[in-house]
Amino acid sequence: MDPSTGYRPVSLSAPRVSCVRGGRVVFEDVDLSVPPGSALVLRGPNGAGKSSALLTLAGLVGEKDKKIEWVGADPETEPRTLIHLVGHRSAVQDTLTVRENLVFWTRVLEGRQERVADALAASGLARLADAPCAILSAGQTRRLALARLVAVPRPVWLLDEPTSALDDAGARWVRELVLGHLARGGLAVAATHIPLGIEEDDARVRVLDLGGETLL
Amino acid sequence: MSAIGAIIGRELRLSLRQGGDLLTLLVLFIGIGVLVPLAVGPDRALLARIAPGIIWIAALLAQLLIHDRLFRADHEDGSLLAFRHAGLPLEAIVGAKLVAHWITGGLPVIIAAPLMGVMLGLEPMTALAAVGVLVIGTPALTALVAISAAITVGLRRGGLVAPVLILPLTLPVLIFGTGALSASAMAAQGQAVLLLGALSLVSVAMAPFAAAAALKISGE
Repeated sequence: MDPSTGYRPVSLSAPRVSCVRGGRVVFEDVDLSVPPGSALVLRGPNGAGKSSALLTLAGLVGEKDKKIEWVGADPETEPRTLIHLVGHRSAVQDTLTVRENLVFWTRVLEGRQERVADALAASGLARLADAPCAILSAGQTRRLALARLVAVPRPVWLLDEPTSALDDAGARWVRELVLGHLARGGLAVAATHIPLGIEEDDARVRVLDLGGETLL
Repeated sequence: MSAIGAIIGRELRLSLRQGGDLLTLLVLFIGIGVLVPLAVGPDRALLARIAPGIIWIAALLAQLLIHDRLFRADHEDGSLLAFRHAGLPLEAIVGAKLVAHWITGGLPVIIAAPLMGVMLGLEPMTALAAVGVLVIGTPALTALVAISAAITVGLRRGGLVAPVLILPLTLPVLIFGTGALSASAMAAQGQAVLLLGALSLVSVAMAPFAAAAALKISGE
């Protein structure tokens, strides 16, 4: 356990992952392994299985053969508590305020309350902290969902189109968020068809095209 | 345990801010108490005899009316997926949601029950006894309705399928619940209360596991 981050870095060992949904093979024998401090960017056309791959890694669909292992994790911890999954839907309740939403998820995901203020500031929502989430724009809702990554430190981030609906500043924030996460020894898997801006400049990033062969 | 408190607190807050739900629930419940005497006729003895059954059916309809809000909003906004990564297992989260759902959906009905009983011509003491019997029996209704809400969460028109699924399972609750309130035999009343309590305990113990399993399947 690293006191500055609150978690032990883990690596993802998933050399041959297949995904079957609704009786249809989405992809077969794909290497999704990621060492700590690295990121995997999943690309591919619509329906290539980017989101399915994230759900499979999160343990929410398919994959009964235990081919996905989190190496280096404390055997006492449940794999589900290592992982942040930020999907298409933001898990934001319209009738709660911004702060109530973030405090709620911080408590449910067992983070520390004192990080909530930092997370609000980092996401640029501090000014709206007491506004109901119903008035947030799509981009602001996404920022609130991503603020959970700051409020609750976890070693594994699974991000589905993290920059969708975000403006340029928001996209830059996500890029810095992911790079900072990698620098602290975390790992990230992102599914996106909009380049995150981390793909080309970094040896820590692997790009995998699910529609075909590995690009980088 | 902070997480359990957070979930119950969130559910109560959501329900209070959408105050319309509570009003609809009470209007439906009391409305049945107004309609039945009009439909059956002003025969006090007959009304008093069927009153326990009417109260239980009204309580069940009230639960069915609001069951959809238990999981559907969480399913649609992605909260259910996020719950899968909580520190607590999904079963515990469902359990916490059940407690909150009983407070917002069961308790108002229980408080309104004596009024309903008097409207149907029950003796005041029997009308008050209805409170106790409903306290013992409504957890079973909440639990059963939660299972069907979890099974139908992925269906767009699930609100219509759920009653068909769950009505057969609620029969014992209605039978013993009504038995516990009817004036026919004092000894049988006590047994009916015990059986009702047993039904509640069994369904409340099983519902979190059954509902969580159904939610996991619907998430695939």
